[in-house]
Amino acid sequence: MDTRERVIAIIAEQALLEPSDIREDMSLADLGLDSLGLVESIFAIEEAFDLRVPFNANEPQASEFDVSTVGAMIKAVERLVMERA
Amino acid sequence: MRRVAITGAGTINALGHDVPSTLQALRNGVCGIGPLTIRDADRLSVRIGAQVKHYDETAHFGRQQIALYDRFTQFAVISAAQAMKQSGLSIDEELACRSGVLLGTSGGGLSTVDDSYRSVYEEGKNRVHPFVVPRLMANAAASAVSMEHGLQGPVFTVSSACASSNHAMGLAFQMIRSGMADVMLTGGSEAMLCFGGIKAWEGLRVMSEDGCRPFSATRNGMVEGEGAAVFVLEEWNHAVERGADILAEFAGFGMTADAKDIVLPSADGAQRAISAALADAGLAAEDIAYVNAHGTGTTANDRVECLALAKAFGPAADHLLVSSTKSMHGHLIGGTGAVEVLACLLALREGVIAPTIGFDATDPECPLDVVPNIAREAKVTACLSNAFAFGGLNAVVALRTA
Repeated sequence: MDTRERVIAIIAEQALLEPSDIREDMSLADLGLDSLGLVESIFAIEEAFDLRVPFNANEPQASEFDVSTVGAMIKAVERLVMERA
Repeated sequence: MRRVAITGAGTINALGHDVPSTLQALRNGVCGIGPLTIRDADRLSVRIGAQVKHYDETAHFGRQQIALYDRFTQFAVISAAQAMKQSGLSIDEELACRSGVLLGTSGGGLSTVDDSYRSVYEEGKNRVHPFVVPRLMANAAASAVSMEHGLQGPVFTVSSACASSNHAMGLAFQMIRSGMADVMLTGGSEAMLCFGGIKAWEGLRVMSEDGCRPFSATRNGMVEGEGAAVFVLEEWNHAVERGADILAEFAGFGMTADAKDIVLPSADGAQRAISAALADAGLAAEDIAYVNAHGTGTTANDRVECLALAKAFGPAADHLLVSSTKSMHGHLIGGTGAVEVLACLLALREGVIAPTIGFDATDPECPLDVVPNIAREAKVTACLSNAFAFGGLNAVVALRTA
């Protein structure tokens, strides 16, 4: 599984959806993910990729980690994986 | 003054996963204590407890609830749902604001704390699950119950060690009596049977390694249990007007502090709490046929409790039936008083006194009728339930037939 598929699998599990139902243009609201679901997703990403996601729930927009859409989250994770390597 | 009815009861504990099975076990003198099946039990010197067995959290909760609910919260939510169902209450918008939740717990989400410490200290991990705080906080159970049933009035948690539940129920009773609320879900919940939880208790050297034998000369300590019980308390006329089945009247409450020692109990403080509960309920010593004792099975508690009862009841102590059901369901610490109210309901409603099991030798320092080993029939129109906590805090509730 590549990074994209793994991120989608994590988000799908949190959103109680099938990975095939997740599109990259979907927002958190489209997915029905609330703030707790988002921090759980970020925790799962950190665990799965063994990295630290720079995200502060107080100001999600200002965080380096872009959570505006599924696609943005995938890109952000890919960048973190690259930076670590 | 407004009166307070009990119109619903729910529980999950080592004796049963609901009220009928628990009452049946109390009647039959069933022992819920057995070998502990928890992680690293082989590193414990105390290896027995009254665990909730055959429990599958996925049968009660969805994945998102399980992520947020520590075991003590799960027990409270399950118990509250049973109690609400039995009460037949429907909470409309107006009643929601006049209804609340007041639960006791001593350890809160202790297993969550234990698991998180393990992962950061033992396993060397640098992050914990994001819901550690909302799981471990002591008010997690009360808040979850308020959310499940939409109760928007007074909601909070009382933590006073072994007296937590009695303090919670006593305050909930006072809130309804004084007009602050019309309905309160109250009781307590505890789930301390994890490695760190038992280790802490081991340190104090008050735990038995072989069984809980309250008031018996062979007693050698307490045995921890886990679980919850929750009751629906309701303003009397509100219950009558909607035709509710009133299980019993919550009649009075007394609380005192020893102001002496952080662990050793005092007969004086306990006696004053017992007398205060009687006075608050407008009951005479002769009116009480049954006392559910604190009866932990430690040398100190049982001796002091017998002394306190003898002082508070005077000659009436000779006819008193006193039992400690901790011999069956273990000591649920912050949840114990709530589960013990079930034994009071059994006495008031069915005329059955749950026994003190494990009793095998008379102790001259405990000269009361402790209903040894076998349940007894008795007519009970009023009863008390004692709770005496570390910290010298005493809380006694008085109940009366409906």
